[in-house]
Order: sequence, then C-alpha cells, then structure tokens
Amino acid sequence: MSVVDSETIPVASEPDMVVVRRRVREVAARTGLSLVDQTKLVTAASELARNTLIYGGGGTMLLESLNGPRLGVRLTFTDKGPGIPNLDLALRDGFTTGSGLGLGLSGSKRLVNEFEIESKVGVGTRVAVTRWK
Amino acid sequence: MEKIPILRMGEFLLVTIQVDMHDRLAMTLQEDLTTRINETGARGVLIDISSLEIVDSFIGRMLGNIAAMSRVLDAQTVVVGMQPAVAITLVELGMSLPGVRTALNVDAGMELLKQALNGHHSSNRHAFMNGHKAAKNVSRR
Repeated sequence: MSVVDSETIPVASEPDMVVVRRRVREVAARTGLSLVDQTKLVTAASELARNTLIYGGGGTMLLESLNGPRLGVRLTFTDKGPGIPNLDLALRDGFTTGSGLGLGLSGSKRLVNEFEIESKVGVGTRVAVTRWK
Repeated sequence: MEKIPILRMGEFLLVTIQVDMHDRLAMTLQEDLTTRINETGARGVLIDISSLEIVDSFIGRMLGNIAAMSRVLDAQTVVVGMQPAVAITLVELGMSLPGVRTALNVDAGMELLKQALNGHHSSNRHAFMNGHKAAKNVSRR
C-alpha cells in the first residue's frame, strides 16, 4: 500500500470542521468513491473531528489518498487530550461522557471499511479510518 | 453573525438550509425557530435540507430537538428533501430521526402540514385559545 498524496488539516475550531468536511469530500470524489461512500466518509470525518475538538481539546487530521491494492482514502485524527480510559465502553452505541448521543465513535466505525483506535490516558487519542473504492 | 433565514408563509415557517452547517449555526437555528414559533403562533415548520450534503449526529439531533420543541409549542415540523445518500448514511450511523416527520419534497411537506392542521389537533388548539381569551376577559373585568 502506498500513499499517493497527503495533507494535514488542523482541527482546532468549529470552522476547521467545515474545512475538514470539504477537503475529505474533494479527495474522496477525486479518488472515485461513489456518492454514498463519499457521504459516509465525510459524515465519519465530521463525527471524528467533533470528538477531536470536544474531547481531545483539538488536534489534527491527516488526509491521505491510498493506492494499492485498491484506491482509498485514509483519515487519521490525532489529539493530545486526556485519552479514553475504557475503549470498549467508548465504542458502544449510546455511550457518552459529554452531551451528545454517543454515536460519534460507534457510528463512524460503521461508516468506514477499516477503523483503528489507540488511546492512552494523559497522552492522547489517535483514530484512523479508511474507506476503499 | 451568520444566520439561517426563517421565512413566514401564512401559518407556516419555512427554513432552507443552504450552507454547510457548523454546530453553533445549528444551535442558533434551533433557538431562532422556537422564538419565531412563539412570536408568530405558527402552526407548522418546514425545513428543507435538500442542499445538505451530510447530516451527522449533531445535525440529526438538532432536527429532533426542533421537532420536539415545536411540538411542545403546538406546531408540527416536517423535514423535506433529504438526499438519498444522506438518508443511507444517517441510518447506518444509527440515527433514524425518531419523532421527525419527513417528506420527499417541499410540496409533499406542505401537504403534510396542511393535513396535520386540519386534523383533530387544531380543535384542541381552538379550545385552548378560546379558553385563554375567556380568562383574559375575566381578568379585565
């Protein structure tokens, strides 16, 4: 698998979330994802960017175009926030420590083909998702 | 400050969301709509989301909140024009917008609102309004 193209986008404010959604849409369209798959990836990006912003205190998104064996788009959200003490719980539908619906992590996992999460309390959280063409 | 315009058409309020919604804008719309329902006594709210390219859990929750708040204020809400890709994604995300009435397009949405207004619901409102007026008259005497 090789990375064809990549860029890092800050996720530090609400207007950044709009930029995240727009750039993910552009790259997903250019990669040739179907309209439904583009929409799923952009929606997952919106959920994860909100988590980065609200729970992680801000961070970045690495946006990569992948080639080989298939074309795809990978998004990696990284923050240096408090971390998630119990990942199993955090990945459950309806679980939230905030005021949302608890669909951010569990819901976005259903919208992508690959989902990886790493979190260390006091260090931060990294979530990587991939949607293949 | 950026705002989403709310148009009044007879007994209904119309909202067309044409910008990429950030969270604060969604919150503002929620507040503005409830204020306008209260001011105008509107009986229905039609929200056109045909320009929205995504509806995530935040916007979904906002639509649910608007429907619930307007119901409490005796107005019906219909969300119209959701793109098919958005509908597929929303359901997979785990949100089926419970409590939110939907219609395919503005015409169908207006029809739904008119039907709701002509239903038994309106007679309740009538009784309440008359009661309200009567109470006012009493207090003036």
